[in-house]
Amino acid sequence: MLSLIVFLPLAAALALLALPRLGDAAARWTWVAVAAADLALVVAAWLRYETPTAGRLAFEEQAEWIPGVNSSYHLGVDGLSLPLIAMTAVIFLACAIFALRETDRPRLQAALFLFLQSVSMGLFVAADLILFFVFFDLSIVGMYFVIAGWGHGNAARSAMKFFLYTFLGSLALLVGFIGLYIAADPHTFDMVELAEQTPLAGSSLAGGLVLAAILIGLAVKTPTVPFHTWLPPAHTDAPAIGSAVLAGVLLKMGTYGFVRIAMPMLPEAWRDWAWVIIVVGIFSVVYGALVALAQTNFKRMVAYTSVNHMGYIVLAVGAAGLVADDTAQARSVAVTGAVTQMVSHGLITGALFLLAGVLQDRAATYDMDSYGGLAGPAPRFAAFFAVGAFASLGLPGLSGFIAEFQIFTGSIAAAPVTAVALVGILLTAALFLRALQRIFTGETRGRSVGFTDLRAAEVWSVGPLLVLSLLIGVFPRPLLAVIEPAAEVVVELVGR
Amino acid sequence: MAMRPLLLLPEIVLFLGGLAVLVSGSFLPRTRQWVTRVIAAAVLVAAAALAAWDLPGPAQAAMEGTFAVDTATGVARIVAALGTLIVLALASDEIAGSPRESETYALLLFSTTGTLVLAGADDLLVVVVGFLLASIPLYGLIGIARTPRGAEAAMKTYLLGALFGILLLLGVTLLYGVSATTSYAELTDRLAEAPQGVVAAGVVAVLGGLMFKAGGVPGHFWVPDAAEGAGGTVAAFLTTVPKIGAMVAAYRLIAMLPDTLAWPLLVAVLAVASMTLGNLAAYWQSDPRRLLGWSTVSQVGYLLVPVAVAGGSDLALPSLLLYLAGYTVTNLAAFAVTTAFPDRRDLDSYRGMGRARPWLGASLVVALLGLVGTPPTVVFVGKLTTTAAAWDGGLAWLAVLVFVNTVISLFYYLRWIAPVYGRVEPPAPTPPGAFVAATWSATTAVVTAGLSLALGIAAGALWSVFSV
Repeated sequence: MLSLIVFLPLAAALALLALPRLGDAAARWTWVAVAAADLALVVAAWLRYETPTAGRLAFEEQAEWIPGVNSSYHLGVDGLSLPLIAMTAVIFLACAIFALRETDRPRLQAALFLFLQSVSMGLFVAADLILFFVFFDLSIVGMYFVIAGWGHGNAARSAMKFFLYTFLGSLALLVGFIGLYIAADPHTFDMVELAEQTPLAGSSLAGGLVLAAILIGLAVKTPTVPFHTWLPPAHTDAPAIGSAVLAGVLLKMGTYGFVRIAMPMLPEAWRDWAWVIIVVGIFSVVYGALVALAQTNFKRMVAYTSVNHMGYIVLAVGAAGLVADDTAQARSVAVTGAVTQMVSHGLITGALFLLAGVLQDRAATYDMDSYGGLAGPAPRFAAFFAVGAFASLGLPGLSGFIAEFQIFTGSIAAAPVTAVALVGILLTAALFLRALQRIFTGETRGRSVGFTDLRAAEVWSVGPLLVLSLLIGVFPRPLLAVIEPAAEVVVELVGR
Repeated sequence: MAMRPLLLLPEIVLFLGGLAVLVSGSFLPRTRQWVTRVIAAAVLVAAAALAAWDLPGPAQAAMEGTFAVDTATGVARIVAALGTLIVLALASDEIAGSPRESETYALLLFSTTGTLVLAGADDLLVVVVGFLLASIPLYGLIGIARTPRGAEAAMKTYLLGALFGILLLLGVTLLYGVSATTSYAELTDRLAEAPQGVVAAGVVAVLGGLMFKAGGVPGHFWVPDAAEGAGGTVAAFLTTVPKIGAMVAAYRLIAMLPDTLAWPLLVAVLAVASMTLGNLAAYWQSDPRRLLGWSTVSQVGYLLVPVAVAGGSDLALPSLLLYLAGYTVTNLAAFAVTTAFPDRRDLDSYRGMGRARPWLGASLVVALLGLVGTPPTVVFVGKLTTTAAAWDGGLAWLAVLVFVNTVISLFYYLRWIAPVYGRVEPPAPTPPGAFVAATWSATTAVVTAGLSLALGIAAGALWSVFSV
């Protein structure tokens, strides 16, 4: 089941590459069909999903790969990964639909994105560190070609910076993985076994160093301040669907690593360093929001709000490391909020970046001051944009609120000082309202004149993302029912 | 102890094959020199097949215990023979019908034989023989193109080779002087009791000679010049095949030494020097072959990592062999792309290649990212296991430095990839015109790049063969 979900897109990508005579339209629709089929498979898996016992995974698959170093092809899902693969499938389908109007080498683009989809799915279901790393690295390679090949502006330079920076992070991660492997007895890369063993328990120096390597790797990918500088140029110059995937899916690989790898495998070191993580989280929240406030480029602004939103996740997982007997419930709420935030941010930011792509498509600029009164000529665009903005700033009734509410409930209960980060919410509210005002209100002027409203493909790609965000905001229960047991397990594992 | 010459059958076949090529080449007309290429290819396939036949057997000693026939020798034989076979495929474009075709093939076979002798050497004198047999044909090969740059590179290689050859002999003399033996089986105990200063000097000198052969610091100066100045075929050969023998020989040497001195540290320092220097020097190269030349210097650094923990970790030898095999196919894939476009001697002249020749473009990406150590290529598994071996052997800092260097190296490989997929500005830069690829090289590039991926995915099976 999981192997099929992971490799179906890759098989389709290879088929697309092998058929150079395929027409552009056929390639585009193949992509949509495969992405839809993959989503259907994920939905089927979700319906059959039953929460596994603590420390185990559902739908497990295992086969020998490199037995010499105890690395196996091991897949499985639990409440942390299932929502993320569902979100990944949704985002990639949205991108496929959005790209129905693409004219620049659509066949290759479809193949590349299908490849990226396989890689992203694989990462979230991997239960072996080497397998995880393989997908982690390939996601970087794939995104490099997306930015370099279909980007605009200074794409080559941004792509290079993205590659170098995140590759550095991935290698730091690999160092950490090897450290875990060597410390484990018997040596293994298997995540389930490592979480059981907690190899570096008792040696705080080695544990701290290995955690540091893993944290740097994940922090670059997430990204948190001060490792975020690759993000704004990469987003600004990436194509719309590339940005949507980068922000929606690839950033989650970093935060997912915290809950999947760092916390369960290095609980002692995590607890020792919880405050550092919390401080980094708070700093990311506030810094990201402040810098976003100063942007005039819409896409850059959304990129910085991603730093801010990822900061909440880091804050929550950091707070989960402040173990005290009476806060277990609260910490579990914080972790649940963190995972919810990963899903929510994926949907919302994916939608916002696709909308930014519409700006670029119609008027070739992201500069907010070039627009004005856009609500007149483009009412649908304005409505979608407003929903996305409100979702992003955490308005109740939308998914962002559910996530951030839980994060703050849990974190403040564990460490009241984390309330400082509430400033971030205030700032994002201000910056999104200001953006709405700049672009949509007033007299229709500048680039807004003659702006074509959303087309069908755009409505059907952005719309579902926003609808899902709304659904999660109104009926969060089905999602939380999956996440909560897994979050409790993580909190328990960190408390060991 | 006995001679048991049959155990050396692959080496014998290669050497006699070289002679056959040489003799038949001098009787064949210029237009039918391809026959010698067929002979050479058949000989290489036969040697690899013989080695594969031997591989599962137990470790044995030939030539009175001076030559080991074990897993390491077996793998080196197969990899070196198949590596040279791939080089022959590149030669089919470049030197087919050229005046010195059969001589080139003969020299390639002789040099490969020398590499294999080095790989199996269990005796210092055999190391010397292997060194000379591998080096002397190489001098000829580098200069055989008769270009000014080729002549310069041949001269440089020859002088350095002579210097390091003497150094090697000096080292062997010193070690013999304090131990009265050259056999590894006896050296271990006798060196433990010998004066450590002399032992250190001797081992450093021998290791220096091997580093010349491998193209690592401190014997690396000839590599970039030779890679740039020699023909494409020869460049592909000299940056790949000689390393196989030299690295296995270095492994055997270090594994044999008594742990009275800090050998792991010495090798680790050489490894770091090699990878760092190679990477930094490759940074602003504009000729793809020179860039690859420096990149191979850095690869020797990575290859030295498991050598540093020889005997200190169970992972060391299998990971070295895996890295060697992976490096051979991946590096040859990169060179195959350069020989597919022999006139493009500037990174920027590859602009737009990815669109004009999608398969070749993809192969180049796989090869270059493979050299970086990106999964799922086989070099990634090699890098993973070699660093795990280093960490396991107590050199965690070396593992970290490998990864720091890997990041550094990414930049210059990307400098080549970027134009391949870069936009072609409207007034398309014409020279050297459209991307017309040489057929054999193009096919080889695609096949070897595919092999690099396939071996990575099948690394588990390889590993079980290598760790017998």
